Amino acid sequence: MIEAELSRSVQRWYPGATGVAGVARLSGGASQETWRFDIVHPDGSIGAILRRAPNGYGAAPTRAAGLAAEATLMQLAFEAGVPSPRVMHVLVPDDDLGTGFIMQRVEGETIARKILRDDEFAAARPRVARQIGGVLAGLHKLPLSKLPELRHMSATKEIGEFERDYRSLNWPKPVFELALRWLRDHDPGPSAEETLVHGDFRNGNLIIGADGVRAVLDWELAHLGDPMEDLGWVCVNSWRFGEIDKPVGGFGSREELFAGYEAAGRKCDPERVKFWEVMGTLRWGIMCGGMMQRFREGPDHSMERAMIGRRASETEIDLLRLLAPRGS
Amino acid sequence: MQDEPTPIELTKSVADFLRNDIAPLISGHPAFKLRVAVNILDLVTRQLTQGEGSDAAEVERLRALLGADGTVTELNRALADRIAKSEVDLATPGLAEHLWQTTMDKLAVDQPNYASYKRELSRGGG
Repeated sequence: MIEAELSRSVQRWYPGATGVAGVARLSGGASQETWRFDIVHPDGSIGAILRRAPNGYGAAPTRAAGLAAEATLMQLAFEAGVPSPRVMHVLVPDDDLGTGFIMQRVEGETIARKILRDDEFAAARPRVARQIGGVLAGLHKLPLSKLPELRHMSATKEIGEFERDYRSLNWPKPVFELALRWLRDHDPGPSAEETLVHGDFRNGNLIIGADGVRAVLDWELAHLGDPMEDLGWVCVNSWRFGEIDKPVGGFGSREELFAGYEAAGRKCDPERVKFWEVMGTLRWGIMCGGMMQRFREGPDHSMERAMIGRRASETEIDLLRLLAPRGS
Repeated sequence: MQDEPTPIELTKSVADFLRNDIAPLISGHPAFKLRVAVNILDLVTRQLTQGEGSDAAEVERLRALLGADGTVTELNRALADRIAKSEVDLATPGLAEHLWQTTMDKLAVDQPNYASYKRELSRGGG
């Protein structure tokens, strides 16, 4: 348990804090953990979340921005009025908690199926597609000069990386080949403007309350690139959780998304968004293949990973629906 | 020839036992894991039931498309290569139909409740 370390940490940087309570591990793999806890304070306890890589797990995987960059981005987003948890403390060696940060806990739901089904969110749902447009616009407007060091990505570069990942799986899939060809033939070239791209903005990585979007989570795939990438990814069918006629996360239409984005003063390019939706569908399909490979060869021999491998076919039918639709 | 019950019947009996007798007794994370386990056994049962027939039909279509013979894996590899080299594409007669049929057969085993699959099935193409 990390209760003792957390308790010592909060007493150092939170004035008046006397300790922590209710420490519980939420999720994450071996290299990155999420914990919830309350900071105990005479004026009332404060809900908090720790995101950390334990000691010895400092090195981030190649595509991850790193926890320090994540903390900076969340704090910038928070300051710019983008719904985001406030970062309270970035871990230092004296905390003896590894690397990472502590942020304020935002109440709400992240489980997409509950958000799309439960009555609690019924009033919010019709508003969320447009809201997401506004949130993404705010995120894409964050000033480049303030951003931490991030990798630069373009459509061309991303197609190349996916092709390499796919070939390394040694998993011949004609539908994926077709998608790779289509992407290469429809590569829109470098975006006229490069902005911050969240990289994993989708239903499941948002905290939703009765009032709609409360926080954007999981910034670890943030990079610089084509802002339309985020608009395409949020529309990938895998994140509609069955509500397939509501492309924006199962909440609403692309038109609502675009209207929210443009009302916040940014322009949409629907062609690019469609390109990134195809790219995103293939991306999740290849990730499913990666899960299969890790299940087979890696230390995580879990049933869940095995079953995610068998979800690649979901992306194949979605790619066919995008690229070779049958008569309606 | 092996004796009976068949692998399909044996697998289904385990899935039914876990679903009907064990699932009601547990909760929390173990209950979640058990649901995944039952889903796996159900998938295996579907594949044992349907897989052989759909693989045979897939091989037939691939032979016709490629004018070559081989196992289902070899033929898929050959088709993937030809698409990568742009030797065949969606304009090639039979390719779109083949990919649709193959994908529908996969979903019937992998995720028969997937909404896109159910939508396409309702179009009458299974």
